[in-house]
Amino acid sequence: MSATAGGVQAPYRTAARIEEVSAQGRAALIGYLPVGYPSVEGTVEVAKALVESGVDIIELGLPYTDPVMDGPVIQQAVEHSLSAGTRVRDVFTAVQAVAALGVPVLVMTYWNPVLRYGVEAFARDLAAAGGAGLITADLIPDEAGEWIAAADAHGLDKVFLVAPSSTPERLRLTAAASRGFVYAASTMGVTGVRSEVGSKAEELVAATRAAGGEHVCVGLGVSTGAQAAQVGRYADGVIVGSAFVRPLLGEEPWDERLEQVRAVARDLAHGVRSARSSDETTRKVTS
Amino acid sequence: MPDATPSLQNQQGPYFGDFGGRFVPEALIAALDELEAEYRKAVVDPTFQDELARLHREYTGRPNPLTEVPRFAEHAGGARVFLKREDLNHTGSHKINNVLGQALLVKRMGKKRVIAETGAGQHGVATATAAALMDLECVVYMGEEDTERQALNVARMRLLGATVVPVTIGSRTLKDAINEALRDWVANVDSTHYLLGTVTGPHPFPEMVRDFHRIIGEEARAQILDRIGRLPDALAACVGGGSNAMGLFNAFLDDKDVALYGFEAGGEGVSTGKHAARFSGGAPGVLHGARSYLLQDEDGQTLPSHSISAGLDYPSVGPAHSWLHDLGRATYEPVSDVEAMEAFRLLCRTEGIIPAIESAHALAGALRIGREAQAAGKEDTVILVNLSGRGDKDVATAARWFDLIDADTVVDGEGSSL
Repeated sequence: MSATAGGVQAPYRTAARIEEVSAQGRAALIGYLPVGYPSVEGTVEVAKALVESGVDIIELGLPYTDPVMDGPVIQQAVEHSLSAGTRVRDVFTAVQAVAALGVPVLVMTYWNPVLRYGVEAFARDLAAAGGAGLITADLIPDEAGEWIAAADAHGLDKVFLVAPSSTPERLRLTAAASRGFVYAASTMGVTGVRSEVGSKAEELVAATRAAGGEHVCVGLGVSTGAQAAQVGRYADGVIVGSAFVRPLLGEEPWDERLEQVRAVARDLAHGVRSARSSDETTRKVTS
Repeated sequence: MPDATPSLQNQQGPYFGDFGGRFVPEALIAALDELEAEYRKAVVDPTFQDELARLHREYTGRPNPLTEVPRFAEHAGGARVFLKREDLNHTGSHKINNVLGQALLVKRMGKKRVIAETGAGQHGVATATAAALMDLECVVYMGEEDTERQALNVARMRLLGATVVPVTIGSRTLKDAINEALRDWVANVDSTHYLLGTVTGPHPFPEMVRDFHRIIGEEARAQILDRIGRLPDALAACVGGGSNAMGLFNAFLDDKDVALYGFEAGGEGVSTGKHAARFSGGAPGVLHGARSYLLQDEDGQTLPSHSISAGLDYPSVGPAHSWLHDLGRATYEPVSDVEAMEAFRLLCRTEGIIPAIESAHALAGALRIGREAQAAGKEDTVILVNLSGRGDKDVATAARWFDLIDADTVVDGEGSSL
C-alpha cells in the first residue's frame, strides 16, 4: 500500500473536495455507511452506488459494540456487522477500495478500537490505505492529544463534533482542533431519520464559523432531498447516514435494496444542488 | 507527625493517574461542566450538607452498625471479622447514599427528570425511591435479560412510580442499559440528569459518587477504632463499578498498614472467559466515558462479562480502582460464583444475615484473607467487610443455585406477579 492509494491526492483532501463543490455553488453531500453491513464487499458496493449517485465524500463507520451516539437503524446494522465477524483491519480494506473511487474517505469511529490498535499505528495504517482522516464520535479535543499528534504526523483530517449545547469557548476549541470540517450535530440526540432537521442547526453553523470553523457540515437527522436543500443553504456539507442504511436493512433482494439506496442518494444529491438556486420549490427528483 | 507522602484520599478528577477523563460526545460536555460546577458549590454549602446529613439520619438510617460475626469468622482462619452494615440502609444497599446526594443536586440544578441504569435493580430501586421522595420523574433503563432475572425489583421500581424501560439491544445487560441511558441523556440533557449509579463514567461522576459514599469508610473507621482500639488489618469489598469499595476504602487510603482488597466477579473462572475480572482478564481501555481496566478483545470491542451477581456483571470498573491497582495500594482478586455462593450460605447459616450475592464476593474474599493470614503465621488478624447489600432480591437465584425445593415456584411466582 502507498500513501497515494486510490489515485494521486494531496493530503487534506476533504477540505479540497468541499472547496471544489463550493466553487460549484453548493454544499457537499457526505454519506455514511457502517463497514461490514451486509459484508465488507457489500459496503464497498454501496459506497460505489452512493458515489455514482452524487455523494461527494464517504464516511465509513468502524463497527463498535457500544455505539452510544447511534440510533436504532445504525445500531442494528453494526450489530449484524460485528456478529458476521467484521474486524478493524477490514475497515482499512474498505477504505482502500472506496478511496480508489476517487472520493475522500473518512472513518467514523468510537475511541476504544483506535486506542486498542494503537493511535499511531492506526493513523499510519489509515493513511497507508488512502483514508483522509477520522471523525471521532466520543473523543473531544481535550482528550485527543495523542490523536492530534498522529493525525498531524500522517497528514490526516481530524473531524471533531460540536453540538447545540457547546459553549462559545468550546466551539473555538473544537474549531481550532479540527481539520477537514467541523461536524455540527443538528440536534441534541443520536443518529437517525427525523421528520425535521433541528432548528438550532443553522444557528450552530453560524456560531461555529464565528468561532473559527473553516468548513462546517451538518449531520444527524437529514434524510430527504428537501432537508438536504434546506441545510445546504447554510452549511458547507450535509451528512447523511441512517437514510442510506435503512433501505439496506430491508428484506428485499439485494439489487432492489441497492436501487433504493441509489434513489435516496439521487434525491439528496439533487437537494444539495438545488439548495442555493432560486427555483428549489419546483425541485423534482431526477433519475 | 505529618507524612511527606501526598494523601491518596479524596483525589479529584478528571484523572486518577492514567485513568478517568471524559470520553463522551461533545453534546454532553456542557451538562458535565454544569454538574461539576454545581457539585463544587454544593460541597461547601452548609445548607446542602445539612440536608444530606438529615436525610442520612432520618431517612436512610445512618449511621448503620458495625457487626462482629464470630461464628462466620470461625471459617476465616481465626481472624476477627466485622461487617459494615450497608444492607441495613433504607432500600437495602449502599446505593441510597449516592442517590440522595445526586437527587439533591438535581433539585439545585432545577431539573425535573432523572434517568438511571440498573443491573441487579438496586440502583434503580434507590433512584426510584429518591425520585418519589423529591418529586422527580424517573426512567430506569435495564437490560431485558436483567428485567427477567430481577423481576421483583422491576415491580418495586414501578410501585415507586418509575418507568422501567427494558433494553433489547446488544447483550441486554447493564452495559447496554448504560448505552441507552447515555442516548436518552444526549437527547434530553436540558431537562434531565443522568443519575449514574457507580464510580465510573465521565468526570465528575467517579469523584462525586465516591464522595457521596465516603461516609461508609468514615463511619466504619470510627466504629472499629471505638470497638477494638485499632485499625483493621484488611478491608474487603466487592467491586463491580466499585462504588461501595471506594466508599469504604477512601477513609483508609493513607493508613498504610491497612491492606485493601477488592473482589471482582470471577464468574465460572477467569480461564473460562465467563467472568467480570477486569484486573486479571482485562486491559486499559475506554468505555462509557472513562479510561479504566476493561474486558475487551484484540480489536477493542467490549467483551461480555459474566457473573451470578447482576451487580458485578460489568466489563469495566471505576477509574480510581485502576489507579489504586496500578499504584499497588489496593489488591484486586477474582472470586468465583461457587466461592461467593458458599460464603453466601455460610453467612446465612452462621449469623442469620442474608447478604446480597454481590456482597457475598467480599465475604468469600474475607475467608480467603483470614486463611492466608493464618497460613502465614499471623495472629489477631482483623478484617472489615463491607456488607454492601441485603440478599432479599437474590432469594430466587439462591434457591435455584442450592436446588432448594419449590425453587421454580418461587421464580415463576415472581414473574407472573408482573
